[in-house]
Amino acid sequence: MTDSPRDLGPLVPRNRDAHPAAYDPGYKTSVVRSPNQALLSMESTPSEETGPRFGHNKIQALDNNLILNWTKGESPAVGERILVHGRVLDEFGRPVPHTLVEIWQANAGGRYRHVKDTYFAPLDPNFGGCGRTLTDENGYYEFLTIRPGAYPWPNRGNDWRPMHIHFSIFGHSFGQRLISQMYFQGDPLIDLCPIAHTVKDRGQLDALVAPLDMAMSRPMDFLAYKFDIVLRGRRQTMFENKLEGM
Amino acid sequence: MVQPLNNRLTESASQTAGPYVHIGCMPTHAGNAGAYEEEIGTSPIEDGCAGEIITIKGEVFDGTGWALRDAMMESWQPDAAGKFPGQEGADPKVSGFCRFAADGTTGEFTLRTVKPGPVPMRGGGMQAPHISVWVVARGINTGLQTRIYFEDEDNSNDPLLKRIEQRPRVDTLIAKKEADGVYRFNIVLQGKDETVFLDL
Repeated sequence: MTDSPRDLGPLVPRNRDAHPAAYDPGYKTSVVRSPNQALLSMESTPSEETGPRFGHNKIQALDNNLILNWTKGESPAVGERILVHGRVLDEFGRPVPHTLVEIWQANAGGRYRHVKDTYFAPLDPNFGGCGRTLTDENGYYEFLTIRPGAYPWPNRGNDWRPMHIHFSIFGHSFGQRLISQMYFQGDPLIDLCPIAHTVKDRGQLDALVAPLDMAMSRPMDFLAYKFDIVLRGRRQTMFENKLEGM
Repeated sequence: MVQPLNNRLTESASQTAGPYVHIGCMPTHAGNAGAYEEEIGTSPIEDGCAGEIITIKGEVFDGTGWALRDAMMESWQPDAAGKFPGQEGADPKVSGFCRFAADGTTGEFTLRTVKPGPVPMRGGGMQAPHISVWVVARGINTGLQTRIYFEDEDNSNDPLLKRIEQRPRVDTLIAKKEADGVYRFNIVLQGKDETVFLDL
């Protein structure tokens, strides 16, 4: 039990400069959905330091294989086959083991399987577009999927989303909760995308772009992209432990 | 010169969950029932858990007063005795975690759960009973944290509520009782009556 609230201190306060501002007029929807008032900052409490745990019992073998999971292994999805893999770490570089990673994405034509997506690229009957897995004891995860297509979206006159995969990561504390997006190395649409550019720090945006990883690609089968994710960390000092441990 | 500060990483940047977050997190809500054998977070409690079962209903409003139809929320809470899942003596029938979404047509959300107990702070003091909530949607660049407190509990010594300088804003974190076991809690993203959002 090295990661119970008794052994670890508070969460490291979130560096808001590493994240997009709530209000970004280039991304029009944010204009009316961004709080005007400052956030209320305080040291984390057990409500933020604890969090849900998910066991292997809910995860099925094909859940991290988006090429096959929609048809339960019957028939593969259309598209360029890719492996997406990486590690989940915290701000101290420690791996985050046994944590749930969920992804969702458009199909190869840029269409989502969602009741509200009406783009005229066709649905792929063999592709659902969601996957999930738990990281291993060293924080590693992997998904087999197809490269999602770029697609147009209603924002400014002619905006297109670059190819991307949505990521949802839990960590072990509710205060670590993070949703982000993975982009693909070399996609020219990244630099034109107002959503990608809500991240103003270029290094932070670059960190959302997965490089091609030929070493992990499988000859005659799939290309690989590596995408590491960093979650908030928790302080761990003997002073903090003394406060709690008595 | 100083020693290099090694082994420090920066948290990955948040990006909006987008309009189709339900595909990945609540497939049935996206129209994709059966994507997973078992979805996570469908209920924070099981039948037979100890305590008062309550229903919280509400809407998420944007700065124009329009209720979002695409918002997704997650909640996290302790059991009726204030113990979080995994802590010694916690109620095994309380998972504490739930996912729920604004209705795609009306915008209303519903959370059915057990009323949580008070939670001790590090270094002493108690927090009034509350449920932590995280809101994501298209147009929300970083998920918004807030809390649901209850108007029929003693909130006077809660350390977080005490830090809100403008006292009328405390009300934005307090669910109003509509009937026995039924509360209303609206979330206002912007403007008049804007909800207090948290950074902790």
